[in-house]
Amino acid sequence: MKVTIDNITIEVEPGTTIMQAARQIGAHVAPPAMCYYEPLKGSGGKCRACLVKVTAGSEKDPRPMPKLVPSCITQVQDGMIVENTTSPQVLEARKGVVEFLLLNHPLDCPVCDQAGECHLQDFTFEHGVSKTRTIEERNTFEPQDLGPYIQLNMNRCVLCYRCVYTADQVTEGRVHGVMHRGDHAEISTYIEKAIDNDFSGNVIDVCPVGALTDKTYRFKNRVWFTKPVDAHCDCGKCSGKVTLWYRGDEVIRVTARKNEWGEVQDFICNTCRFERKKTSDWTIEGPMKVARHSVISANKYGASSIKPAFPLKQAAEQYKQIDDNRDRSFLEPQKQLK
Amino acid sequence: MKILTQHIDVPGIETIDVYRQHGGYSAVEKAIKTMAPDEVTEEVKKSGLRGRGGAGFPVGMKWSFLAKPEGVPRYLVCNADESEPGTFKDHYLMMKSPHTLIEGMIVSSYALGANTSYIYVRGELMYVINILEKAIQEAYDKGLLGKNILGSGYDLDLFVQPGGGAYICGEETALLESLEGKRGNPRNKPPFPAVKGLYQCPTVVNNVESIAATSWIVNNGGEEYAKIGVGRSAGTKLISVSGHVRKPGVYEIPLGITVEDFIYSDEWCGGIRDGHKLKAVVAGGSSVPILPAELILKTTNGENRLMTYESLSDGGFATGTMLGSGGFIVMDETTCIVHNTLTFARFYHHESCGQCSPCREGTGWMDKVIHRIEHGKGRMEDIDLLVDVAKKIEGNTICPLGDAAAWPVAAAIRHFRDEFEWHVKHPEEATKPGAVFMREGASWTL
Repeated sequence: MKVTIDNITIEVEPGTTIMQAARQIGAHVAPPAMCYYEPLKGSGGKCRACLVKVTAGSEKDPRPMPKLVPSCITQVQDGMIVENTTSPQVLEARKGVVEFLLLNHPLDCPVCDQAGECHLQDFTFEHGVSKTRTIEERNTFEPQDLGPYIQLNMNRCVLCYRCVYTADQVTEGRVHGVMHRGDHAEISTYIEKAIDNDFSGNVIDVCPVGALTDKTYRFKNRVWFTKPVDAHCDCGKCSGKVTLWYRGDEVIRVTARKNEWGEVQDFICNTCRFERKKTSDWTIEGPMKVARHSVISANKYGASSIKPAFPLKQAAEQYKQIDDNRDRSFLEPQKQLK
Repeated sequence: MKILTQHIDVPGIETIDVYRQHGGYSAVEKAIKTMAPDEVTEEVKKSGLRGRGGAGFPVGMKWSFLAKPEGVPRYLVCNADESEPGTFKDHYLMMKSPHTLIEGMIVSSYALGANTSYIYVRGELMYVINILEKAIQEAYDKGLLGKNILGSGYDLDLFVQPGGGAYICGEETALLESLEGKRGNPRNKPPFPAVKGLYQCPTVVNNVESIAATSWIVNNGGEEYAKIGVGRSAGTKLISVSGHVRKPGVYEIPLGITVEDFIYSDEWCGGIRDGHKLKAVVAGGSSVPILPAELILKTTNGENRLMTYESLSDGGFATGTMLGSGGFIVMDETTCIVHNTLTFARFYHHESCGQCSPCREGTGWMDKVIHRIEHGKGRMEDIDLLVDVAKKIEGNTICPLGDAAAWPVAAAIRHFRDEFEWHVKHPEEATKPGAVFMREGASWTL
């Protein structure tokens, strides 16, 4: 099947979604994803960050689709033509989605553990505007304790449902879910029950924002000060394939390995994640391949080694046109990369 | 011309004996004994009956889309979750004449080859559920439901399921989720229910009124039904009228009468209450765009606007509206449009399921902004902000609730911007109890 995304044509298997096809082409055409998570069945369609315009449905029926469609759950048809960032309508809709997601978000990045590896930060940087139009009071929630390892800060949650799917599909029993509805909907456990099972820690990895954080790592560091290495161990419960996050000689955090889209491929057990924090517990494989949305690369490996990927290009080109009185001088060095 | 409400005022019509004395269940006998299921579908197609829940999709066409794989059960689900503000027609029909719906359910289930069907009723209507349960038991006792109906070999079990009282569960896929016992979140489409619906099986979801109309169609033929009404708006429609008219209530009208007739003639609403003038109408339930008096009575071409799907939507959203579910809300000059819009926005804020971001956050935002304007704390830029927020919700959500929330706000500003501006400019005056803006020279100005 042939599909054209942003004027690039690619041959894909039947049943591929637009998102998957775009990811096969590369990061510069892949739509952003806040809720879609390939390893989790049924995820996607909720955040509307990945909306794209289909200008021709298929070879047989080349009519355009009347509305923007979520690329993560829409399957490609032979001869489909999709506009991602080449469509002003899509960019406008995404600006709206950013604005909606930030509407009740506390914007507490300076004290949030997720800062630097947060999909909402990336999405906002790539597709949002830097001024807010809201003057309403934000909805707030009390922080919740979900047992000894996991802290929930509901204020930051974007209700992507990823942790719900993870608990359904990776752990033996789900004890948390979405309660209430509308903008007062919240992730919660029933009567503040602790999430307690061997794979519960994975909800931290799948969370795109800082809503679910690792209590053993909380407030200890900023991600860009750490050095990630891939390592493995012989674990009876899981694959034992992890990333160790070093600060100096100390392992301050253990996470599952993520691919370039920030998705966990092998979910890991709580013992690996929370208990094995000595180098001697692990066999080190080498430095982690740093994902595109990571700020770590900028500090550790030099800016010249990062490709001028879509976000930087987009930002450098577009931020000038936007009515934005923020200091933009930090973008200048990136321009030299072209 | 009355089809659904012909015998509705007969004492005892809720019992099966009285209902049968007035010709009830003849459609079941005719369909099951003399017609093949496809013939029933064909009649419904010919009738031009369109979905009465709001979208107006042709019922016969919806039925023909139903996937029919071997060995997989099919379901018919009746959507009786009527929760749209201003709409109370199904409630009235089920309460007064439950057998009308049950007869339609049997006929429609037979046409679709469904052996199990459900009526999903909104949870607040517990007494209606009791009425339906009783009526269903009567039908079982007479052999009209259950195994081997009327000796034909066709089996049908009919269940009533109370909802939990959520507006969102009137959206067909959220309804199916709820019916399955899950949280009522709308599903992503495709797949559509006709392919994967209830329990992942092919399912048709129809409104109470659509299903109830099928028995008359079977009895009298689709062509007869198509003769009533105008063009593609065939048949009769229940309209629930509320607001400042002399005679609010539920009326069954043949589609095609003029809006002016409907509001002012004594046969229907009887005109605006004494000493007042028509200001605006929400023609099809709270989610459809509001229209000021001059646009609801006449289209921009100067033609009389008719009570039909086409005529009401003439002019698109710029100058038109929709027939929707037939929740006809009439407002006279004492109505503050800003306050009314706030009521609608608050409703959609409260009822958004919270699954997709534009609707979850956008409905709350619009509610808060309109609340500020209504309470004298609005800014001029808020009005354009509302228009922009509505635009960014519309069409970008999983289900139509986002559109339903965006349209009334956008339309109120489109047609009554001066009223919003007055609230912003004169907050002290506007927040006085009963204060209403009077547009100079408008037809409703006293």
